[in-house]
Amino acid sequence: MSQSIQPSTADFLAVEFSQSAQATLALFQQANNWQERYRHIMLLGKSLTKLADKYRVESAQVRGCESDAWLYHSEIDGKHYFLADSDARIVKGLVTLLLIACNGKTSAEINAFDADDYFTQLGLQGQLSPSRTNGLLALAQAIKAGAVDSK
Amino acid sequence: MDLSTLRSQFPALAQSNDGYPLCYLDTAATSQKPQQVIDAMNHYYQFDNANVHRAAHQLSARATTQYEAVRDKLRQLICAERREEIIFTHGTTESINIVAHGLTSQLKPGELILIDSAAHHANIVPWQELAQRTGAIVKPIPLTGDCRLDITAFDTLLTERPAIVALSHVSNVLGTVNPVAELVAKAKQVGALTLVDGAQAIAHMDVDVQAIDCDFYVFSGHKMYGPTGIGVLYGRFEQLDMLAPLMTGGEMIKSVSFSGTVFNQLPNRLEAGTPPIAEVIGLGAAIDFLNALPKTLVREAEQALLVYLQDSLQGLGDIELYGAHSDNLGAVAFNLAGEHHQDVGILLDQQGIAVRCGHHCAMPLMQILQLNGCCRASIGVYSNKADIDNFITAMKSVKELLL
Repeated sequence: MSQSIQPSTADFLAVEFSQSAQATLALFQQANNWQERYRHIMLLGKSLTKLADKYRVESAQVRGCESDAWLYHSEIDGKHYFLADSDARIVKGLVTLLLIACNGKTSAEINAFDADDYFTQLGLQGQLSPSRTNGLLALAQAIKAGAVDSK
Repeated sequence: MDLSTLRSQFPALAQSNDGYPLCYLDTAATSQKPQQVIDAMNHYYQFDNANVHRAAHQLSARATTQYEAVRDKLRQLICAERREEIIFTHGTTESINIVAHGLTSQLKPGELILIDSAAHHANIVPWQELAQRTGAIVKPIPLTGDCRLDITAFDTLLTERPAIVALSHVSNVLGTVNPVAELVAKAKQVGALTLVDGAQAIAHMDVDVQAIDCDFYVFSGHKMYGPTGIGVLYGRFEQLDMLAPLMTGGEMIKSVSFSGTVFNQLPNRLEAGTPPIAEVIGLGAAIDFLNALPKTLVREAEQALLVYLQDSLQGLGDIELYGAHSDNLGAVAFNLAGEHHQDVGILLDQQGIAVRCGHHCAMPLMQILQLNGCCRASIGVYSNKADIDNFITAMKSVKELLL
């Protein structure tokens, strides 16, 4: 992922999530219906820092997404950090779910991460399908590629 | 015929997902297929499968007879003068490409091609490519504030004496209907060739190409209850006859030798290679299906349903409709107050509602409307009030979640 504009190390390290991967999983598994799950998705998306306008550029755009979605990656001290955003709230929430699982992880951890399994456990099976236009599969692939490239 | 039984002829509509019955409001993308279309294609493969126009045996003779009978059905359906004016293609996109490619040697640098601003990309890009090859110039015909074609602006553009005028009959995004006969008459007065994209019209209204008086009229089988992979290019005989073939090879030749090849006559001249035979036969069954409908009753019911859909959406509040007129056909374009169309689409999908969300292959129209995209709900002969009510109930949930 070579980009002409790249956020600073401090930008990457500043990313914080409102909850851990375990807490997120528990939250989704307790959800009674799809409405609750999608409420959680949107709240998660809302909690993710908005990507500054200067970074919302074509070179960082994720393909295969009907909405605009951007992804930045940086490897800091052997761990992978990501900045992402989307102009669609649900897509942004789905991206946040991916980042919760992958941000700050090592290459080995990201390689071992099974996105399909993860979304199935969240009760969101189907969202990763290549026929979807939410761009989630492309994002998951970009995150994995980022981790592989830097090895 | 009781219209309520009509729906049961479409097997794909009888399904549900997670307890939500399928609510198919994406007919403008592709219509569902009645059982008789599916049966006709199966029957062909089971009993009559053979290549056409090589009738050395009975099977091929049967296939050819059925195949060519569809050409006659199409001639009748759109009131063409001659059966040779009906060319089978793979869809509207190929039909327009055949025309745009075929006109290459007829167009001179600086000549003008006028295109409907609300056109589908299929009725834009082939003309841009033609302009690139020939040095011709493409100009869009503007829209009025209420998303209709701007006739005054069209009249002004006609004073520049365009060589080609490409129109949509019905907008695939908005469902607005162009007065194509009037527009074609004006274009002809200045000597322009005219093409009308009827992809979104053919299933919803009577099309009479002689009354429209256009040079070319194009549409797809899969939007008129027929299969995918089959489309139609109608052309006035003398205009079709002048088109350089886009595809050459088998079927389209009279004789081939290394000293020179002679092309076949219409319609074969523009139908190179083995055609989509089963799809043509399926399209024939779709025409039979349409012809058997109580037309007036169906049209009135469809029109009333579209207005009901427009009104119900409007009644929800926080909804923006685009170019919604009571004389539109088939489709409604909308957004939920400031929300991303994809978010709306994902949440509708959770509830078994199939709509299309995006730019609908009409990016120039989206630019005019200053939108990134929008949602489109579209109906067909099988759509009913329950579909609209389910959709509106689902939209209420979407509103609750998003707003």
